[in-house]
Amino acid sequence: MFQRIFAVMQKELRQLARDRVTFGMIVGIPLMQILLFGYAINFDVRGLKAAVVDEAGTSLSRALAADLEATGVIELQAPSPSVADLRRRIDSGELSVGIVIPADFERRRLDPERAAVQLLVDGSEPMVDGVARSLASVPLPARDGAYPPRTGFYSIYTEFNPERRTAVQIVPALIGVILNMTMVIFTAAAIVRERERGNLELLITTPIRSWELMAGKLLPYVFIGLLQATLVLVVGTLLFDVPVNGSVLEFYLAAALFIAATLTLGLLISTFAQTQLQAFQMAFLTLLPSILLSGFVFPFDGMPKPAQWLAQALPLTHFVEMIRGIVLRGAPITDLGTQAAKLAVFLAIALAIATRRFRKRLD
Amino acid sequence: MTRDAAIVARGLTRRFGRLVAVNGVDLTIPRARIFGFLGPNGSGKSTTIRMLCGLLEPSAGTVDVLGYRMPQQAEELRSKLGYMTQRFSLWDDLTVRENLEFVARVFGLTALERRQRIAARAEEYGLGPILGQRAGTLSGGQRQRLALASATLHEPELLLLDEPTSAVDPQSRRDFWESLFALVHRGITILVSTHYMDEAERCHRLAILAEGRLVAEGVPQDLMRDIPAAVVEVEAADTAAARIALAGDPAVLSVAQLGVRLHVLIDPAAESPEARVRERLRSAGVEARVESVGASLEDVFVAATGFRNGPEAGREVA
Repeated sequence: MFQRIFAVMQKELRQLARDRVTFGMIVGIPLMQILLFGYAINFDVRGLKAAVVDEAGTSLSRALAADLEATGVIELQAPSPSVADLRRRIDSGELSVGIVIPADFERRRLDPERAAVQLLVDGSEPMVDGVARSLASVPLPARDGAYPPRTGFYSIYTEFNPERRTAVQIVPALIGVILNMTMVIFTAAAIVRERERGNLELLITTPIRSWELMAGKLLPYVFIGLLQATLVLVVGTLLFDVPVNGSVLEFYLAAALFIAATLTLGLLISTFAQTQLQAFQMAFLTLLPSILLSGFVFPFDGMPKPAQWLAQALPLTHFVEMIRGIVLRGAPITDLGTQAAKLAVFLAIALAIATRRFRKRLD
Repeated sequence: MTRDAAIVARGLTRRFGRLVAVNGVDLTIPRARIFGFLGPNGSGKSTTIRMLCGLLEPSAGTVDVLGYRMPQQAEELRSKLGYMTQRFSLWDDLTVRENLEFVARVFGLTALERRQRIAARAEEYGLGPILGQRAGTLSGGQRQRLALASATLHEPELLLLDEPTSAVDPQSRRDFWESLFALVHRGITILVSTHYMDEAERCHRLAILAEGRLVAEGVPQDLMRDIPAAVVEVEAADTAAARIALAGDPAVLSVAQLGVRLHVLIDPAAESPEARVRERLRSAGVEARVESVGASLEDVFVAATGFRNGPEAGREVA
């Protein structure tokens, strides 16, 4: 009995050692996880992008802004001239926190009935709201030192998500996670399967061109992807009351761009993977950092810089920003041009590599 | 000859790393004939066929197929070429009709052509009753007929068949060869690789490959007539003893067993081979009936692929 078990064990280990991709995953996945969770994932969020509208313009208001930045929780950007401009910058995703110091700041400071400072918080991103609330414990400065904080010094407005529900932050971005998962795996597996089963050898000897074959294989998934996006959004709206503040057309434009990028990633993986298992593993390898680093669960600005750079190379990062902007903040797609451009660059580069590698030959 | 040839290869070579899979093969394959590639596994048959249809790039040498230079002009050749892979490579999860429809569309046939050709092939290859069946559920013979129907949908001028009968029963093989002759009558050139002697014998011309080299080429009957060895058949009750007795003779090039009979190839330079064998066996005390016979294709194959004088000699063709 033991001899037979041992024989099977030995065979398994031999086969495993010969599948270099799978073997690499045994080491690669735990290593990547520990690095991601250890370095990138940070519940201690710091460096949220913020800007001040200082209508008071006194030395005390400037001291307050400096005190808030000194906490490290926020990183002040160029000040805004008006509240309207501040809101626009929050809509476009440039800022996570807006600080409004009203003209009568000095008087309000002394009035226990009125808030002296307004904090506008982007409620579309996870955790930002809670972090911004910690700013409210920063004492207000005074000429002869600092007033101890009292309740009501700060009034906090959680924009786009006043009830501070997690579903509102999660659902739109979840569309991206789901698309990333299915599009990459479906296409990579669909192409590798034909190579594995020998179908490709037959296809190569027909007059079909490489790009015709690729287009024919990818286009059905564009429709499947749009269907999935619709499904998640409709369920999110009906069941979880997720508001759709932006244009539905722009939602589909962003989704289509992201679907194109993820399909191309799947295509690229298919040119490297020899078996469906390998394709699946490679897809998983891109999915894991996408979920953790894209801003889906942790605020993007709160991550350390190297994690942010890495996240720039992941299409999901840009889509999460775009989709929260469109769906929750009602930002016009023109304000999200940077993210769209980054997605397009990813698409172009991945497509160029994939086309070069996907040739109609066996060698 | 060269002008009318379907395929002309000169010095065709393909290396995979340090392995030379095909080594300096020269070939001229005439039109409207069945040309056979005979050789054991690993002799370079599939690699050669793949170079002929542009799937693999030759490491050295040139190939012209129907006047197109491979692999540079592979795309122009596609619509005139039918290729049947060694492994069934249609889609298991599509029905017979869906598979044929798909291939016909890929080859750019019009709706009318598609309808007519699929009906014609279904009739020709007996696919009518199974048109609605998924390809994955077909028997070996049915799959092979489907593959042939699919490879001929676009009416190619040249058919490349890579071991088409390796997974089918003898009856299906016979039917399959009848279909091939029908195609040749219509003017199609067929290149077929095989490791079956009976199939090789049916070809108009035959090339024998061994270890990537072309070791013999010609009409099968000529090859058998001109074999560079004398063939003696030995029938003995104790074939093992007969083998041992013959193994010591330097003029014996190879011994192959067929049931109770041995096929002995003798150096053509040796005088009266039949008497030589008889004498050899008698002195060893082996009782046997000895007779000179004509060479079979298997003898030709053994002679061409190098003599191995031992207990395994000549049998491991498959």
